[in-house]
Amino acid sequence: MHSLSDAQPLAHQFDDTDQQRRAVSFGMWAFLVNEIMFFGGLFATYTVYRVLYAHAFHDGSHHLDITLGTINTAVLIASSLTMALGVWSAEHGKRRPLMAWLLMTLLLGGVFVGIKAVEYHGKWVDHLVPGPGFVWHGEGAQHVQIFYSLYFAMTGFHALHMLVGFGLLTWLIIDARRGRFGPAYYAPVEMVGLYWHFVDIVWIFLFPLLYLIGRH
Amino acid sequence: MSDSAHHGPTLGVYFAVFAALVVLTGITVAVAFADLGALNNVVMLGIAVTKATLVVLFFMHVFYGPRLVWALAAGGFAWLVILIGFTLSDFLTRVAVG
Repeated sequence: MHSLSDAQPLAHQFDDTDQQRRAVSFGMWAFLVNEIMFFGGLFATYTVYRVLYAHAFHDGSHHLDITLGTINTAVLIASSLTMALGVWSAEHGKRRPLMAWLLMTLLLGGVFVGIKAVEYHGKWVDHLVPGPGFVWHGEGAQHVQIFYSLYFAMTGFHALHMLVGFGLLTWLIIDARRGRFGPAYYAPVEMVGLYWHFVDIVWIFLFPLLYLIGRH
Repeated sequence: MSDSAHHGPTLGVYFAVFAALVVLTGITVAVAFADLGALNNVVMLGIAVTKATLVVLFFMHVFYGPRLVWALAAGGFAWLVILIGFTLSDFLTRVAVG
């Protein structure tokens, strides 16, 4: 069972591998707190404009595709499960399952972004992309445009995070194939997992705030 | 769970959390079609916070992690609450002042 992957490289500034492991997850969480603040600014902006223009937000939300939004939520939750199973496989030294779960996570992420692209295209065709081409037959066109600006900014930054995740997953799959990860060393898998779950959490809030207001 | 160096959830926990997340998503979509007035927002955000908490605690291992990670994660969300809470305390009270 012992292989190269059982030996964790210890950087000289750490006393032992346990301290190194804790430092890695502390650093990752510090980064994620920054990410919370980054998306927090967008959520705060959303909150202010929704308070000011509640009706326009409800009308705008009504034109989002709730079916595609719900499917995408399920897809992203499933990808979080496969990511978690990937981390578990790495921790237990199962190389092939690790590669399979990471690949599955990447595929589900691809489905999510693909569905998102279909939605974006629909909005483009319907003239709902903010800018000179924005057309709204109804009250409060300017305020509905603010809703769509936030929709594209928030889901756009979220999708950008997904694309970064694709790069990270690809890197992990290549290294997993080389047998770099094992029970003693799988920090990169665990940290990318934290990132992936964080991106899932952002969507957990985006979905109801953008798709589910003003349905009744 | 005998591994003293590193505690993580069992596979059963992962699948249970996944099932809970799917069920909660179904509930939040169903509730969105019912007219509950202001309660709609409360239920919607309550479910989102519950889902996020499940992900943080189990998928992200915070439940099994050191206190330092607990503090960092909780601190991040606490500042988010301050950011949005204080902003709302302004915007929600402007009309009343005139």
